[in-house]
Amino acid sequence: MNNKRVVILDYGCGNVRSVFNAFRAFDSDVKITKEFNDIRDASHIVLPGVGAFAECKTGLCNLNLVELLQKEVIEKGKPFLGICVGMQALATLGKEFGEHQGLDWITGVVDKIDISKSKLRLPHVGWNELLIIKSNPLFEGIEPGTTFYFVHSFQFRPKDDSVVSSFCDYGVQVTASVQRDNIFGVQFHPEKSQSAGIRLLRNFAGIN
Amino acid sequence: MLKNRLIPVLLLRNGIMVQSRGFKRYQPLGNPVAMVRRLNVWTPDELIYLDISPDAVYDIGRDDHRDGNRSSLLDIIRDISDACFMPLTFGGRIRTIDDMRQYLAAGADKVTINTQAIANPEFISEGAKVFGAQCIVVSIDVKINDKGDYEVYTERGRVPTGLDPVKWAKEAEERGAGEIFLNSIDRDGTGKGYDLNLIRKVTDGVSIPMIVCGGVGEWAHFAEGLEIGGASAVAAANIFNYTEQSVYNAKKYLYEQGFSVRKPALIDDNLRDRSSAKNPLLALR
Repeated sequence: MNNKRVVILDYGCGNVRSVFNAFRAFDSDVKITKEFNDIRDASHIVLPGVGAFAECKTGLCNLNLVELLQKEVIEKGKPFLGICVGMQALATLGKEFGEHQGLDWITGVVDKIDISKSKLRLPHVGWNELLIIKSNPLFEGIEPGTTFYFVHSFQFRPKDDSVVSSFCDYGVQVTASVQRDNIFGVQFHPEKSQSAGIRLLRNFAGIN
Repeated sequence: MLKNRLIPVLLLRNGIMVQSRGFKRYQPLGNPVAMVRRLNVWTPDELIYLDISPDAVYDIGRDDHRDGNRSSLLDIIRDISDACFMPLTFGGRIRTIDDMRQYLAAGADKVTINTQAIANPEFISEGAKVFGAQCIVVSIDVKINDKGDYEVYTERGRVPTGLDPVKWAKEAEERGAGEIFLNSIDRDGTGKGYDLNLIRKVTDGVSIPMIVCGGVGEWAHFAEGLEIGGASAVAAANIFNYTEQSVYNAKKYLYEQGFSVRKPALIDDNLRDRSSAKNPLLALR
């Protein structure tokens, strides 16, 4: 993996150890960090996420990471992967426990999955099939209908549909992944999705 | 479409994996990490690991030096999570938010709480607020009491609480639980099948996902838990321990019966190596 280095942001809201283990499963050069220098030196940046939207954003703000991430991801164009709440953080606005500003890298809102018609149970937890609607480097070698592990009650609804690369069916269409240029987000947990998840992370680490 | 989950439950007692019967008799099965490595290859949908130790002594009893001995629960969780590329729920002896934080940091994805949630129901809300509802699984152990009614027990089935399981499950949901893990003490280790009547009642009473456990003796019991019980996830312990490729075969049974479960598969060779004793992560510590 020539001079590639993945950093996993440790901002108090992620299952960083699991994500680290998953990258290590294919010998990726990977580090868990919150240090500015590590993030500057990295080629790929991962924002894992477990928990609530506001806590996630607060965690990033407390470490003063937002400005640095803007520079590394938006200006320099480093590949970025947000996982679960880490993907939701890309939105303009989150509506979990009140309204909270997100990073606003992809315009849209995060609100509760609508179960009023389906009467399904929330959280949406378990393995669901990915319905890939747009080819995406993350999905190379991953067959349509492959299952990934989801655990969430809120979903990202981007304003511009064309950034949605896949969704899953939970009574309504739930955004499963988004992409805008070098910015990737997945609602499911690849680090917990066995072989297919490892493949996806490997695809991410292989993006130039 | 969301798949129904098939979940092996592993019981840890003072560092050793055990099999349980009636929440009373425990038979040693062996190394807790070795079991996870084996299960990992058979691709279960999730693992639930419960610490049912009567005290905080952990000795996994290794007498060789390949993996080294482990004398703390957190070390054991770290080993388990390193070997496990699937969701891991950990429970047992959780009394404080800090306990939760430590288990999650060691690699658990969710925690289950039981005794402490009943002693202080506010504990459910606190956990959900800090870690998100999706992280908090409330475990409910039920026994039929002398009057013939279902009653919730705590302290690993030793202490009756006077609580009705349906009412308690509803309260847990209102307080922010993300899932209910329902176990029948009467059926535990019997192989007679789930208590479907109990499961149906609780399932109908809540609108969060239900994981059910206790009594599975053959694959068809899983089918009953889904079809008659209405569970979101079917769990079992003992049945997975004694047969080769047990999880794979259980899933194959459900798949062939037309249930909405993931297609049975074994993990690919690369991850198989990673979850073996050669795992370089073990050497890192």
